Amino acid sequence: MTGALLVRSAGPGTTFQDLGRRGWLRFGVPTAGAMDPVALHVANALVGNPAGEAAVEFMLQGGAFTVEADEVRVAVTGAEGALAIDGQAAAAWRSYRLHRGQELHVGPAQVGVYSYLAVAGGFALPAVLGSLSTHVRSGIGGFEGRALRAGDRLALAAQSPPRGPDLMLPDAERPRPRRSIRIVLGPQDDYFTESGIECLLHSEYQVTTQADRMGLRLSGPKIEHAKGFNIISDGIAQGSIQVPGAGEPILLMADRQSTGGYPKIATAITADLPSVSQCRPGSMIGFVAVTIEDAQEARRTRDIWLTGIHDRLRAVKGDGAYDLQVLMATNLISGAISGDLP
Amino acid sequence: MPDGLYPRPRFLPAGDAALTIELGDAIGAELNERVLAFDAAIQAAAIPGIVETVPTYRSISVHYDPAMLGAAELRARLDDLEIDPEAGRTATRLWRIPVAYGGAYGMDLEHIAGLRGLTPERVVELHGAAEYRVYMIGFAPGFSYLGGLDERLHTPRRTEPRLRTPAGSVSIGGMQAAVSSVEVPSGWHMLGRTPVRTFDLRRDRPFLLSVGDAVRFEPIAHGEWEALDVRAAAGETVARCEASP
Repeated sequence: MTGALLVRSAGPGTTFQDLGRRGWLRFGVPTAGAMDPVALHVANALVGNPAGEAAVEFMLQGGAFTVEADEVRVAVTGAEGALAIDGQAAAAWRSYRLHRGQELHVGPAQVGVYSYLAVAGGFALPAVLGSLSTHVRSGIGGFEGRALRAGDRLALAAQSPPRGPDLMLPDAERPRPRRSIRIVLGPQDDYFTESGIECLLHSEYQVTTQADRMGLRLSGPKIEHAKGFNIISDGIAQGSIQVPGAGEPILLMADRQSTGGYPKIATAITADLPSVSQCRPGSMIGFVAVTIEDAQEARRTRDIWLTGIHDRLRAVKGDGAYDLQVLMATNLISGAISGDLP
Repeated sequence: MPDGLYPRPRFLPAGDAALTIELGDAIGAELNERVLAFDAAIQAAAIPGIVETVPTYRSISVHYDPAMLGAAELRARLDDLEIDPEAGRTATRLWRIPVAYGGAYGMDLEHIAGLRGLTPERVVELHGAAEYRVYMIGFAPGFSYLGGLDERLHTPRRTEPRLRTPAGSVSIGGMQAAVSSVEVPSGWHMLGRTPVRTFDLRRDRPFLLSVGDAVRFEPIAHGEWEALDVRAAAGETVARCEASP
């Protein structure tokens, strides 16, 4: 019998995600995929997986799991929240070896929204249209096309126990969310008045409670349309900022519909999408316009950082012991990040 | 010259990993054919770094990997494309899709008939007489937007969208018709329901319809629906496909 993680509890937004489903947008299938692909990438690196291996994604709420395998290596990254192994505090952004019967508890996010649980070797799941990402609205991918719930057995793909030391990503190396999101104007910026565009660039917007994998509805100063708010439906890129008739923007994310009929004033750059995804309801964000060239440079910088992630990981001393220094560092970081966000 | 076609394409940035190529500003078969022709040229060029393209009514979204392809380079490659306008006149396939109209299958049939001053039978006749073209697939997996709805059936969408409409719904909204593949919220008017699975992961080609295909609806009796549904559930494609004239 292959090993598994047994789900003891899971928040309603707990799904399997990888780097998304490519090639099916023309048939109306959303890309889906990790809301914070950088956190997913690091979680996979910590357990020795390829960058795009599917992991469990948590949205605000965490989950609890029992190990039903002789040994498995796990790591949790992303939003900051309490993490515990058998009731003892543990650290995010590092890997642990767990043994049969041990309990992993991922607490609700205190800072940020999305976090990731990766296991060495990945989960044994069938690919749907080339991806393990769950798109709940379509009922496809991941675990039976749905969010996880208590009682689910998540089969592990690995046949052999993990080798080598546990790894961690030092605090100073961890990604920091930006509050000022860089955007490229267009594709339909000509549907807005000059003052409408100025309004987007010089206002702060609050993330409302209507924020999920599909997108973030923002609240703030109304953006003025120049020639109505209906276009002939066209394709929607991730990061698109569409402005319906009421004038408040919606930033569209991984589970967005593939097409839509509201004009899109601008598009958040791909390098900043992880920051967007980690914005909690109630937090404030602003936008700054950049050129496509700058946006692509930012993306290349990020990709280079991710490609070199293995050089930034540090081996954790000792085996299975909870490293006090790591824990203290984690607590300090939480404080520092909290101070940086509203 | 297709209605609404621009003298030359507009290249509209959609961030650093997507580009919208807008060919015009209208809904019509000829403009949509130009879109497919442009899309076919992009596919044929197999430009490294292009991840996927999405043809819509009057534009093509090009999704690309900025690590492999810069914005200026993509633009140059697209400018160099040789586009054969004939390549978009696909409609090589005509789908005949069985539909049970009215009653529990199409709860808005009577309402539409009342609004349009027609009998329900006449609405079914008009809806079933037209040959439609798939202009765009979007909104949800397999949700196909169909052009060619008889003008006498043009009806604004519902003011209150329904939160759930069943997979296989055959509906109309504004000047368009649609057939859905999965349960979706919708503000369109439900005329009927097909047992055909236009999206079935068990098939080699999971999606039955592609942009550019022709579609005709064929009324079936309510009594026939269940039997066809059982066959469709078992994996049979209960729609007929013919080469288009």
